[in-house]
Amino acid sequence: MAATTVLNYLPRKSPVHALTGATKLAFFLLFTFASMVTYDTRVLLVLMVFSFAAFRLSRIRIREVRFMLVFMLVFLLLNNFFIYLFDPDQGTKIYGTRHVLLHIAGRYDVTSEQLFYMLNISLKYFVALPVAILFISATNPSEFAASLNKIGVPYRIGYAVSIALRYIPDIQRDYHNISQAQQARGVELGKKEKLVKRLKNSVSILLPLIMSSLARVDVISNAMELRGFGKHKKRTWYVERPFRKGDWIALGLGAALLAMSLIVTFWDGNRFYNPFV
Amino acid sequence: MKNTSIKTVVAIGIGAALFFVLGRFVAIPSGVPNTNISLQYAVLGLLAAMYGPVAGGLIGFIGHTLIDLSWGGSPWWSWVIASAFVGVVVGLFAKKISLEEGNFGKKEVITFAIANVVANVVAWLGIAPVLDILIYAEPASKVFAQGAMAAVVNSLTAVIVGALLAAAYAKTIAKKGSLDKE
Repeated sequence: MAATTVLNYLPRKSPVHALTGATKLAFFLLFTFASMVTYDTRVLLVLMVFSFAAFRLSRIRIREVRFMLVFMLVFLLLNNFFIYLFDPDQGTKIYGTRHVLLHIAGRYDVTSEQLFYMLNISLKYFVALPVAILFISATNPSEFAASLNKIGVPYRIGYAVSIALRYIPDIQRDYHNISQAQQARGVELGKKEKLVKRLKNSVSILLPLIMSSLARVDVISNAMELRGFGKHKKRTWYVERPFRKGDWIALGLGAALLAMSLIVTFWDGNRFYNPFV
Repeated sequence: MKNTSIKTVVAIGIGAALFFVLGRFVAIPSGVPNTNISLQYAVLGLLAAMYGPVAGGLIGFIGHTLIDLSWGGSPWWSWVIASAFVGVVVGLFAKKISLEEGNFGKKEVITFAIANVVANVVAWLGIAPVLDILIYAEPASKVFAQGAMAAVVNSLTAVIVGALLAAAYAKTIAKKGSLDKE
């Protein structure tokens, strides 16, 4: 698997790409928080309009992110299926009424409350997805550490994140090499082996991987110490960009949307919009 | 002292990368449909036991967030927090295990196993499902069933694979006083 596709960055000339990484990170957090808190269908629909508009603005085509879309749809269907399987009356518990549309078997009725509840859950996915995709696809990964630092995360942690992003492809390649070598020697991880044996076999792949990773930790931390990492309380970033007008607009919009969704959602003291009463 | 803090920063980064690679690309079937053995929790346990609670928590948090982002959704925060919690709790036992000195005898194995079981059970049967209910308003029976599954699978992986890894790692370290005068 190509190592470069960890976080699928798609460079492009668009207003969304022109925003600084810090803005996109902040907007992403504000927006996902807004969509996480609310179960109010009206708020979700408004958020969805903004989310789809931002996606249009980014000039990223759906074809390019099809993998994420398909994965999310499968996850969404499975999640809805399990919710129904485990509790076909969750909707009734939330909305307080019970309108049976169809009887299947046993306790499994199709109620309009349950359908509405699952519609809201699905809406939440569709609201968050475009913004999440944009955050991943329109942010240069090397800007990530600088963005984290800018929104207030200590730079050492930001630096740890950027080390993680930098070394994921290397470790992935190591893992691949080790596992091929061990498989050539007859180490089996698939269904042919018994479970306990499978776990034991995984150790013979993991141990070389961990030893080589620990060696990496030594090499990198020595190199960083030689260059004086951690000497000062602050640091500057090569990729950091100054805020422009667009950044302030985006941040303002993010804050306004969060405030709007909190106010509308909790106006009546309930996270859910109830059309059944 | 300075060097240890740099080392922790790097260990967090590399640890999160390991967590990501194992969680994202490695799927070992557990025998139950749609459930895979999550080797990343074995590595998380080991690294937390080596580098302490702060490193453990951040490895779990960053690694899990990156996995969720790479699948293309917004992170599922309740489970991300649970992963971080596992790292913190196992890390709290780090001083008792003292892997860096190469001692991994019976006492340490038992401590390591208890730390991992406690961490995983509280995380997947307590934190993850409760947050799922609070944040995402999912049905209780569903999230507790999922959590129970994760608690069992992850505890087993962390204890069996994690302890084997820790024992093998401890063997590679020269113990204090291991040289004899002739």
